[in-house]
Amino acid sequence: MNGTAIAAIYRNEMARFFRTLAQSFISPVLSASLYFVVFGAAIGSRIDEVEGVSYGAFIVPGLIMLTVMTQAISNASFGIYFPKFIGTFNELLSAPLNFLEIVIGYAGAAATKSMFIGIIILITSFFFVDLQIAHPMAMLAFLVLTCVSFALFGFIIGIWAGNFEQLQLIPLLVITPLVFLGGSFYSISMLPPVWQTISMFNPVVYLISGFRWAFFGVADVPIGLSLLAIGAFTAACLGVVAFIFKTGWRIRQ
Amino acid sequence: MPTILSIKNLRKSYKGGFEALKDVSLDIEEGEIIALLGPNGAGKTTLISTICGITMPTSGTVTVAGHDIISGFRAARSMIGLVPQEIALEQFEKVINSVRFSRGLFGKPRMDGVVEDVLKRLSLWDKRNAQILELSGGMKRRVLIAKALAHEPRVLFLDEPTAGVDVELRKDMWGIVEQLRADGVTTVLTTHYIEEAEAIADRVGVINKGEILLVEDKDKLMARMGKKQLEVQLTAQLDVIPDALSGYDLALGDGGNTLIYSYDTKSERTGITRLLKDVADAGLSLRDVVTRQSSLEDIFVTLVSEKGEGDQ
Repeated sequence: MNGTAIAAIYRNEMARFFRTLAQSFISPVLSASLYFVVFGAAIGSRIDEVEGVSYGAFIVPGLIMLTVMTQAISNASFGIYFPKFIGTFNELLSAPLNFLEIVIGYAGAAATKSMFIGIIILITSFFFVDLQIAHPMAMLAFLVLTCVSFALFGFIIGIWAGNFEQLQLIPLLVITPLVFLGGSFYSISMLPPVWQTISMFNPVVYLISGFRWAFFGVADVPIGLSLLAIGAFTAACLGVVAFIFKTGWRIRQ
Repeated sequence: MPTILSIKNLRKSYKGGFEALKDVSLDIEEGEIIALLGPNGAGKTTLISTICGITMPTSGTVTVAGHDIISGFRAARSMIGLVPQEIALEQFEKVINSVRFSRGLFGKPRMDGVVEDVLKRLSLWDKRNAQILELSGGMKRRVLIAKALAHEPRVLFLDEPTAGVDVELRKDMWGIVEQLRADGVTTVLTTHYIEEAEAIADRVGVINKGEILLVEDKDKLMARMGKKQLEVQLTAQLDVIPDALSGYDLALGDGGNTLIYSYDTKSERTGITRLLKDVADAGLSLRDVVTRQSSLEDIFVTLVSEKGEGDQ
């Protein structure tokens, strides 16, 4: 394992994050704060408690998940697509490192960035709502797993994408609707029965439910199922990464 | 000198059947500068990309100091530095950070002294904290070289390093390559500027349509294949070559003001003395006499066209 090379990629990616601090950090924090103001304070004050939790607090886990998922995907996909676009990817290919090390460097940095943003949003939420975390370790574990798995997914999108349009395609057309309809801002039990059934086919429901359980001890689906879902998603992403690693798909001619 | 890079029966085919490299074999000695000459699309970049791990070979083997580029890729690639043809750099990055990144990527620990030395040798030290986008095209090319040298490679590949750069910078680049040779770095240079190969290479390889047509010591090649020409400039213009000189391989040039005599440098007798005597006997008066060695370019064109004719 070429640890020096992994560290070099990781540091380089993190440096870009801090170089573009306004874009990388202030923007998602501002968006999250607006959600708190609009949904938590303005609309939330007219909504009763959901599952025994005030609406302002109820949306915190969903909001963090929404942000970390989209940030992990966009950071990882852009991180690996950018060198392909500007032509510096060949430097990676000619360096004495294997694809797994490239993945660890890029996806690791993207996961760190999204986790950093997730924690900042969590800290921000304490300024808006009264919040207590029932299972802090489980919350942290869910956060780490979500950041890592979605960073891996973003990395795969970045390798697959042939242009900027394709880079945005899956995050905009698949991930954002799934996250919004995955119970970020409501409990699945609030939906009509038919939509509850349909929602069960949305994998994001399991992730948000598990994360919310870690906060409040209440969940839309059993916690075991949530763990299985995040485990399966991580395994699927690792499987695709292994396929890319073995075949050089979209990397080496 | 021992062989540092050995290429054996290397083939590269793309989807659709296009063969970019056809059974290429080549040994490169440690410390030499070898120029691979060839027209656009000859396979020069494919050859370099395959050696450096950017493309996968279809068959054949390549070893760098005995390390196979597939099974021993870590050891092989850590000895190689690549300066790509295109200027591909992260524009918002500082020069020094970009060079440090390259060193780290090749698994070398951070050593500021090495990076400083590389930047100073390439006259980039004063620009170390500048963002790359602030640099001129020539300076960006220097950054590419600095990045390739940051991990102290033993073999440096320069893929068309002076394509589109001005004469002054081109000569600077040649100076850099000479310095590297003094440090024992082996340099493989691809170019379609014959002048470049002629100026700095020890050996010349000619590649066309994915095949190596020839690899030879540059001076020997020019001596073996180079013809010399004697130009006899006359005081009076000629319409035709006089009958008295019909036994020589002569042509008229400069609108009839010059007689051009081609001769072989390898011959024991070049025929120059007899020609000049016969010119005088024919009543022609001389203004000047000059000789011209045919350039590598002439040799290259001859080789490529001969091969083309052979294929038809």
